[in-house]
Amino acid sequence: MAGKTLYDKLWDAHLVKERDDGTALIYIDRQLVHEVTSPQAFEGLRLAGRKPWRTTANIATPDHNVPTVYAERSAGVAGIKDEVSRIQVKTLDDNCEEFGITEFSINDERQGIVHVVGPEQGATLPGMTVVCGDSHTATHGALGALAHGIGTSEVEHVLATQCLIQKKSKNMLVRVDGQLGKGVTAKDVVLAVIGKIGTAGGTGYAIEFGGEVIRKLSMEGRMTICNMAIEAGARVGMVAVDQTTLDYVKGRPFAPNEAEWEQAVAYWNTLHSDSDAVFDSVVELNGAEIQPQVTWGTSPEMVLPVGSTVPSPEDFADAASRSACERALSYMGLKAGQAITDIKLDRVFIGSCTNSRIEDLREAAAVVKGRKVAASLKEALVVPGSGLVKKQAEAEGLDRIFLEAGLQWREPGCSMCLAMNADKLGAGEHCASTSNRNFEGRQGFGGRTHLVSPAMAAAAAVTGHFVDVRELI
Amino acid sequence: MKAFTTLDGVVAPMDRANVDTDMIIPKQFLKSIKRSGFGPNLFDELRYLDEGQPGQDCSGRPLNPDFPLNFPRYAGASVLLARENFGCGSSREHAPWALEDYGFRCVIAPSFADIFFNNCFKNGVLPIVLPADVVDGLFKAVYDNEGYRLVVDLAEQKIRRPDGSEIGFEVDAFRKHCLLNGLDDIGLTLQDADAIAEFEQQWQKKSPWLFRAHSA
Ligand code: SF4
Repeated sequence: MAGKTLYDKLWDAHLVKERDDGTALIYIDRQLVHEVTSPQAFEGLRLAGRKPWRTTANIATPDHNVPTVYAERSAGVAGIKDEVSRIQVKTLDDNCEEFGITEFSINDERQGIVHVVGPEQGATLPGMTVVCGDSHTATHGALGALAHGIGTSEVEHVLATQCLIQKKSKNMLVRVDGQLGKGVTAKDVVLAVIGKIGTAGGTGYAIEFGGEVIRKLSMEGRMTICNMAIEAGARVGMVAVDQTTLDYVKGRPFAPNEAEWEQAVAYWNTLHSDSDAVFDSVVELNGAEIQPQVTWGTSPEMVLPVGSTVPSPEDFADAASRSACERALSYMGLKAGQAITDIKLDRVFIGSCTNSRIEDLREAAAVVKGRKVAASLKEALVVPGSGLVKKQAEAEGLDRIFLEAGLQWREPGCSMCLAMNADKLGAGEHCASTSNRNFEGRQGFGGRTHLVSPAMAAAAAVTGHFVDVRELI
Repeated sequence: MKAFTTLDGVVAPMDRANVDTDMIIPKQFLKSIKRSGFGPNLFDELRYLDEGQPGQDCSGRPLNPDFPLNFPRYAGASVLLARENFGCGSSREHAPWALEDYGFRCVIAPSFADIFFNNCFKNGVLPIVLPADVVDGLFKAVYDNEGYRLVVDLAEQKIRRPDGSEIGFEVDAFRKHCLLNGLDDIGLTLQDADAIAEFEQQWQKKSPWLFRAHSA
């Protein structure tokens, strides 16, 4: 019999029961809760007179709707100007209090984007099943966990039963071998993967990322990659546990204590695909060939190396791609054949659960240091992923570097990633963004998003247009 | 979830094809933090003459006098009679929430959109597919007879007309079981509560660090 993949192992370890209709009950170790997708789930519990199955399995923090401007933020929940947002954040506070769920509330230094907070606290650990009412939950797979996003009914289901009804996915291995060049980062790797397999390439699969490039990445880089598995169509992205994982986890607040550490590590060291495991699909990339990436269209698969020109509908073989290209060019206000480096920017956003961790901020700061934001830009935002990331960055003086260069230094939250709060693009504005979705209207009605790495966003901020960051470092 | 056994109710007509979920509950109401309370905004754009806002008291809003649900003869209706492809468009679960909250427990149509059809069962609403000519006949009966009622018997899979004649209907055995017993997904999963508890115990022995209450 063939060996097991990492996904098989995590699945089997959490299998409570297989059902006749081909679905299975999977036990959930950790649920992360935020203000937008939880209120109906809590109300459902109340209406049915149910209690959470295991209260301590849940951890909450508000992120999507919180303001990022200090003045508005400092007054806490009551200070949130938008009424709908205020009610949602307040409701999360109330629900957590009523049901006894640990919450890092708006001005707690541990507050932040759920997917930054979980690993940072050690609240998401290797070998766990992790869910959250948010599609970017795949992020936590970087720790060797089985993690994916769920809907509101499922949030309630997990609260009430500690289980989820699931159908098993197929196994896909994305192997990135070789060495990354200077200035090429985890974000470029995942964008290149999506460019290669397309936004539906991973549909029906759980993706394990492996190969030399992935092994050499830091935990934060691995999180960036797993974060965008969903943009490749897969609900799950994972990386096997290794020494990098163990070093990252050790000493975090929710990590196993001294007495349990050895036992945990012994188990975690089994969390990799067996050498004779069989994948249903294998995709290979050569790390040395990956260039800094920029998305030009309205889907993450519409991505090219920075030195390219914007494609023309004729470049595509099938009619559907041709018309998608036409629509994207018209929405983005771009001309076929235009150099990507000629795209002028109005705003820059450095943040989101993809790229708002300390290493991302260091990368960006290294580029802007001693430079100034281009005068043509309306705004350049740096939004740290959590209060602790912010504190660390300030301890390292990164905030000063950003402020001196003319970028804004904000309070933690999702911010302009989805523009639910006041941070948005105006219609027609181009934004170099380190987030994960460039859909029409995602960052504001009519806004035009280009997805890039933090270093590329920083380079764009100081030049006012896209530029190959390797020319600046 | 409320169980569904038999329903004896007034029938209201929704006489148009392709009623989408945005028509059933417009997008501004998705900002709500609630799952209940959508009833007053069911078919909001058809039902009222002004634009509805979340959280607003609807009792003073101008009603559209031409919209059937506003006719006194359909007051208190619990069966909705509809046309082809009912519930198409966005997958929002708010659509069945709104129907249920308004008081509809059964929707009869020649066809439904797939996701909506599934969402109904999750929320205690029985969608019934009947042949187009039978649905036509029911529309005629509803228009011709004020206070026209139907009895929907799920166990027997029969709809009884006031004259005693019956119409049979199909329903998936598993979903029927869930509706009859008021089992939502959660209720169903909780039937396996013992298995979950036992798994949890074993798992805790193997991975005790996952079960420590944290010091927040
Ligand atoms: S940062 Fe963006 S993608 Fe991530 S959780 Fe927030 S809104 Fe979603």
